[in-house]
Amino acid sequence: MYKLLLSIIICLVLMHSKSQAATLEVCSTCRWTTVTAAIQAAKAGDRILVKKGLYQEGQITVDKPLHLIGEGFPILDGKNETEILTVMADGVIVEGFQVQNVGTDYLEDRAGIRVRKSRDFVIRNNKLYNTFFGIYLEHSKYGVVEGNELVGKAVDEMSSGNAIHVWYSKGILVTGNQVRNHRDGIYFEFVDSSKVRDNLSEDNLRYGLHFMFSNDDDYSDNIFRRNGAGVAVMFSKRVNMWDNRFEHNWGVSSYGLLLKEIYDAEIWNNIFKENSIAIFLEGATRINYHHNDFIQNGWAIKMSGGCLTNKVYDNNFIGNTFDLSVSSHVNDNTFDHNYWSEYTGYDLDRDGIGDIPFRPMKLFGYVVNQTPEAIILLRSTFVDLINFSEKVSPIFTPTNVFDNEPLMKRLVFEKIILND
Amino acid sequence: MISINNLHKAFGKNKVLQGIDLSFEGAGITAILGPNGSGKTTLIKCILGMVYPDKGDIQLGGQSIRHEWAYRDQLDYLPQIARFPENLTVLELFSLVKDLRKRTASGEELVELFGLKPFLNKRLSNLSGGTRQKVNIVQAMMFDSPLVIMDEPTAGLDPVAMIRLKEIIRREKERGKTILITTHLMNFVEEVADDVVFILEGKIHFKGSLSALKAQYGEAQLEQAIAHILEGKDPKIPNRFSSIC
Amino acid sequence: MSYQTETIMNKILKYSFFDLVRSRWIYIYCAFYLLFTFSLLWLSSDLSKVVISLMNVMLVLVPLIASMFSIMYFYNSREFTELLLAQPLKRSHIFIGQYLGVAGSLSLSLIIGISIPFLLYGIIGSAEIWNYFTLVIIGIFLSFIFSAIAFFIALRHENRIKGFGLTILVWLFFAVIYDGFFLLGLVFFNEYPLENFTLAASFFNPIDLSRILILLKLDISALMGFTGAVFRKLLGSGLGMSLAYLSLALWVIIPIWGIRRVALRKDF
Repeated sequence: MYKLLLSIIICLVLMHSKSQAATLEVCSTCRWTTVTAAIQAAKAGDRILVKKGLYQEGQITVDKPLHLIGEGFPILDGKNETEILTVMADGVIVEGFQVQNVGTDYLEDRAGIRVRKSRDFVIRNNKLYNTFFGIYLEHSKYGVVEGNELVGKAVDEMSSGNAIHVWYSKGILVTGNQVRNHRDGIYFEFVDSSKVRDNLSEDNLRYGLHFMFSNDDDYSDNIFRRNGAGVAVMFSKRVNMWDNRFEHNWGVSSYGLLLKEIYDAEIWNNIFKENSIAIFLEGATRINYHHNDFIQNGWAIKMSGGCLTNKVYDNNFIGNTFDLSVSSHVNDNTFDHNYWSEYTGYDLDRDGIGDIPFRPMKLFGYVVNQTPEAIILLRSTFVDLINFSEKVSPIFTPTNVFDNEPLMKRLVFEKIILND
Repeated sequence: MISINNLHKAFGKNKVLQGIDLSFEGAGITAILGPNGSGKTTLIKCILGMVYPDKGDIQLGGQSIRHEWAYRDQLDYLPQIARFPENLTVLELFSLVKDLRKRTASGEELVELFGLKPFLNKRLSNLSGGTRQKVNIVQAMMFDSPLVIMDEPTAGLDPVAMIRLKEIIRREKERGKTILITTHLMNFVEEVADDVVFILEGKIHFKGSLSALKAQYGEAQLEQAIAHILEGKDPKIPNRFSSIC
Repeated sequence: MSYQTETIMNKILKYSFFDLVRSRWIYIYCAFYLLFTFSLLWLSSDLSKVVISLMNVMLVLVPLIASMFSIMYFYNSREFTELLLAQPLKRSHIFIGQYLGVAGSLSLSLIIGISIPFLLYGIIGSAEIWNYFTLVIIGIFLSFIFSAIAFFIALRHENRIKGFGLTILVWLFFAVIYDGFFLLGLVFFNEYPLENFTLAASFFNPIDLSRILILLKLDISALMGFTGAVFRKLLGSGLGMSLAYLSLALWVIIPIWGIRRVALRKDF
């Protein structure tokens, strides 16, 4: 309280003495040797230029609209004890810092850079290492998180934080960041009307990107690789997803994309490659999937209960162990007009569409659904035999899962990024 | 040398040997005769240890051979059907047998005797039946063992080879060997055998010298003598006996 | 003494081996794998797909050919076996020596047939080298297992038709029928916890065991982990692998023990 009062007084004094924006330099030989001191001395709208060096100042609070610039990535070090940078004012820009060593704490979610109850902020081109939670936005609006690199040291889900954590916010743009080794790469909870673009999220324990109770958001052009699961969208509405790559999310209970209790979404132009399950749906309703590539996944689409009005069309399904698995009723979900590499039908009228419908669900896939342990017989001769005989004369395939218009040729999409 | 006591063997219900007592001592050629299914081959297999008797014992030099194997080093065996690994050459077969027995062998002389030289590098699958039988004889006789067992040694041999075979048998006898032969050729028996053992339905019906057999039935021909044995014992037998002639 | 008997077994092995190595069938067998592996590698650039295709064929063919070849060899060399029985040799050495000769030459032609294409492809130094090794080791195991089973059957049955029939039946059983009953059992009892049963059942079929061992080397092994904790624990660990290889070894040892037992009691 005393501090706050003091700084307000200083602010008022400074505002009176100088009306134009000034630049305050911080370094070991400068007038200000700590960032904290410079912030205290600055007035709203000033630039604080921090020169290369190591600054161990505990928690630094930015409580007025300032532009903090690091030159040569000065290091703000929390010595594994405290949170580091806390922004509690509108219009703050933080760029060019290396923020490191936030102590793990099981009671409070400490962060490298926290923005609280603020708007119009920019967090740009920072490096955050070992920061428990990296960039933490709460009750904030209209901010940009851009070009940051966040590398954590997550070992288990209990004692690790998210790289970019957004909570009760709106109008946020998260773009061009690289996030690794956290619990979730990017986490949205109660975040509306926000965008996630061009990020790389890999090797995170839980999800590359995680939406909870967030509506009217979208994400595109991201790469999600080797995460526990690529992206989880849960309890959300109107979240659109395009031009993303979900790849190599292999492992037990690993997904490319997990959709749970979501409504009204559009998913297109994505590549799902080598995921245990490319898309897992549970209670997903009114979602369109088109122009996606599903390549060499364990399951391309696994549909659990309560899914309604999902339309899967114009996708490529290539070399998946199981193209589709539907656990209960097909309901009104449709799978027409896709290319399936397993399809062996013919096209006599040469309109590019196979003359006999394709059944994307193999008998063995159905059996595995009912009895998961049966997976141990994967690729055994007996299973190949029953799949084959079922294909020739379908008897057991239980549900009416059909592609009535299977395509004869693989679709070529405008934007296909090949192996890199 | 070898003594067989009260030998019994049954294959299922079929009692093949029913108390055979025999002993062979010192140099001599014994022909074991009998119609098909009389138990000749089983008797030989018992001596070779290929068939385990149900009852009774066989002793070689005073030692029981039951479940033994090393004693076979003292006997040479000429099997009935000469079939060998098809892809081996004759020479390889000889060296295989030599290799297995770890004994010095005098194969060259026998090879010479049967004119097998041109065939040494041929595969066994490419040989005619007669040539195979010659190979068979060589592989059996090239070791110098005190007991020799020959099962149908004359099968498929041409007259010249037959003469050679007789020569070999006589020579081996002169060297002090005990030789057991089964054959269907009665004049072969008359030419080479000293003693005859006649087996019928698993029992010995005659054992003694060739001349004693002939004398007993007052026949000059062995065939006739044997026919007498069969007629005397069982009127059904002559029909079956005809099959061995 | 022991040294001497060992070398005698080796000699029988050696001669059976040399005999077989000149057999046309061994070359056809080898040529088949050469051709098949070459064309797979040529048609597909994805090595793990090649491994899976090769695995599918090997799991059917290796047991079939090993059984058929062994039982044919045994019946065809019956007279030679009798010749050997009349030699001063131990019975167990004769049969185990012959068995090792047959299984060895089958394995050798398999190894050559698979290895040459892979070596030319540049498997050495590639990340897939362990998949290749697993394939080869599984192939050798399956050859030895089914060869031993065939020898055992042949020793038990003088009647060739019976022997052949039984051998084909055993092959069919392990290659297909077993899995059918296995799957039926799983579906039928799917309300019970099945993990332990499933693992146990796969250990009782050498073909299943081989398939699982190869799949575990590939990415799709992750699919197996979905099923539950026991799968994950056993299949994903070195312990599971060692157990699987151990039981494959048992699958070789038990029929060999059977061969020995029957050979020592049998009348020829």
